[in-house]
Amino acid sequence: MSEQTQQELTRQSEELFSLYEQLPAVLREELSEVDLTAAELDEMKARQIYGASQWQLMWRKFIRNRVALFGGVIVLLYYLAAVLAGFIAPYTLTTRFGQYIYLPPQRVYIFDNGTVRPFVYDVKMAFDKDLRRVFEVDRTKKIPVQFFAKGERYDILGLVESDIHLFQVPAGIVSILGTDRQGRDMFSRILYGSQVSLTIGLIGVLLSLFVGSILGVVSGYYGGGIDNLIQRLIELVRSFPAIPLWMALSAAVPPHWPPLRTYFVVTLILSLVGWTWLARQLRGQVLAIRNADFVLASRLSGGSDSRIIFKHLIPASIGQITVVATLAMPSMILAETALSFLGLGLRPPVTSWGVLLKEVQNIQSIALYPWVFSPALAITGVILAFNFLGDGLRDASDPYTV
Amino acid sequence: MTAYLIRRILGMVPLMIIVSMVTFVIIQLPPGDFFTTLQAEIAETGGGQDSETVKVMAARYGLDQPLIVRYLKWVSGFPFGDFGWSLEWNSPVLPLVWNRMAYTVLVGALSLVFMVIVALPIGIYSATHQYSFGDHALSLVGFLGLSLPGFLLALIWMFLGIVVLRIPAGGTLSREFAEAPWTLAKLWDYFMHLWPPAVILALASTAQLQRIMRNSMLESLGQQYVTTARAKGLEERKVVNKYAARVSINPVISVMAMEVPKIISESTIVGIVLSVPTTGPLLLRALMSQDMYLAGTFLLFMALLLMISNLLADMALAWADPRIVYT
Repeated sequence: MSEQTQQELTRQSEELFSLYEQLPAVLREELSEVDLTAAELDEMKARQIYGASQWQLMWRKFIRNRVALFGGVIVLLYYLAAVLAGFIAPYTLTTRFGQYIYLPPQRVYIFDNGTVRPFVYDVKMAFDKDLRRVFEVDRTKKIPVQFFAKGERYDILGLVESDIHLFQVPAGIVSILGTDRQGRDMFSRILYGSQVSLTIGLIGVLLSLFVGSILGVVSGYYGGGIDNLIQRLIELVRSFPAIPLWMALSAAVPPHWPPLRTYFVVTLILSLVGWTWLARQLRGQVLAIRNADFVLASRLSGGSDSRIIFKHLIPASIGQITVVATLAMPSMILAETALSFLGLGLRPPVTSWGVLLKEVQNIQSIALYPWVFSPALAITGVILAFNFLGDGLRDASDPYTV
Repeated sequence: MTAYLIRRILGMVPLMIIVSMVTFVIIQLPPGDFFTTLQAEIAETGGGQDSETVKVMAARYGLDQPLIVRYLKWVSGFPFGDFGWSLEWNSPVLPLVWNRMAYTVLVGALSLVFMVIVALPIGIYSATHQYSFGDHALSLVGFLGLSLPGFLLALIWMFLGIVVLRIPAGGTLSREFAEAPWTLAKLWDYFMHLWPPAVILALASTAQLQRIMRNSMLESLGQQYVTTARAKGLEERKVVNKYAARVSINPVISVMAMEVPKIISESTIVGIVLSVPTTGPLLLRALMSQDMYLAGTFLLFMALLLMISNLLADMALAWADPRIVYT
């Protein structure tokens, strides 16, 4: 009899489920047949809200947050610029202009005699009577800025090779952020630097996510001895202040290593501390939901531990994981910048924002050539954008509070 | 309370032992040792010692022995205040570290004071004037502070100081006072160099604290005992400052405790950027030249400082909130 009952039950539940699945369609049909009154419209809206998945709710809450949306767009633009660095930058990382050393940022004039025809004035390096370098702007010689013009060769992600640049000048130089002590265009260098700085943050966070979410969830789910062990490990890592620990570890990276290996080891060092934040947060989250009804239901119906972890616990915590990851990005980027700035992280020829800042470490050069400090602006921008985004995501990740 | 304190201190001992082991391994990680680095440096400038001399010197300082022996040798000096010998400075490590730690603690304490006297009033104001223009403006400023950590702020401060304000930013003293005897003017100059690092370190945490204080105040202001206080005709100032604020401080203290490790950590890099003698500049140098005992002792002391400050924070919490019972 039990088998029969079971079959009967299965049939019934399947029927119910198919009915449930048809529900939205039925509702829509019903609603489209009648003229909608305001009250009914309200009801429909309410149904949409009550029937929305958590992701939809989060998305709705997120896009209403203008500041967070703005932050998100800026972050996307930064990454886009990093990918297209070769195209946007007028010059390459190493293009040197011996005749334009420490050239101040040039002004780009948009209008030429009332028409839109961007141009820059030609500049000449000269020396004044104290033998200091000065630049004389030649007001008589206008150099037109050409768009989509041919320049030096570059490639995008190693896939597309091209020599078309967003903007170029046929003669002289166009340098909207000035040049450094070797006459290299700061704007181009910042763009290329973003490729390293932004990816190191991303990879570092992904690594921390991987380790942190597994250990955090395991720690919260199993509890007992393994929890104790993981928590002691976190405590040990955290009993060192982060920056000195990073400094000590990256000082151990031999200077003669190839750039790529240094890059990955530095990333690894950064995530070594990073995973602990995530593991702690997730552990708390898992502790809160591990005895929830849906977890119990899964266990009673024979779900294995790994199924419960990967199908229930991690998806249920994904909102929090996203928030923590987004808010961890700025600190990763800054940590890399700080280490490279100290000469402990990445070293030339790898160019990150930290490496660019290290080149201006000399106080005198900041006073004389303030524009070489512009990488700091790029960093500030992306850090703020990530924080705006992360803050908005945090609000959105809990869609049930108003 | 005393029993709790003793238990906590005893609990720190095993962690400290493991920390010292990890520290030792970390400072041994770089290939080569102080003498090979030194030799490389000498060779770069044209001089040079033969590798035989290097070996003899390494042997004299016990650098050729196995890891565990060197570790035990290093640790066995701890109870006598002997933390090893700095090869670069040719002096015992302890006095070198001690000065820097003292300065770090001074700057850190000053930034804690700054945090409290700035964040609490702002938090109270924001909560009592919720959604006013002032609240929004202060929240925005706080958000900026929260997003820009010490390293970047220190760089920006140096930039502003040099390019815009035309003052010598950074350092501990102006040049004219460096050798002068201590006078009021020199003390003032010292203070004028002391507050920028302290404020820079404090800003991010101030923003955090201000936010917590605001939320916590908003919560307390909605409580019934506040309504009762108002109903019985208490002045609004007293209701806010004596009733609501008093209870709201507790979460602020626990958040402050979480901010202290950040301050200790950031103080290194802020010290390097502003060239003030926190642990940072000397630690960086020790790491670069592989002056391993100096670097190791720095790491060890900073970890110790972190643990002690955590303990102090717990005690402050117990002191501020009598409802907390420690067993």
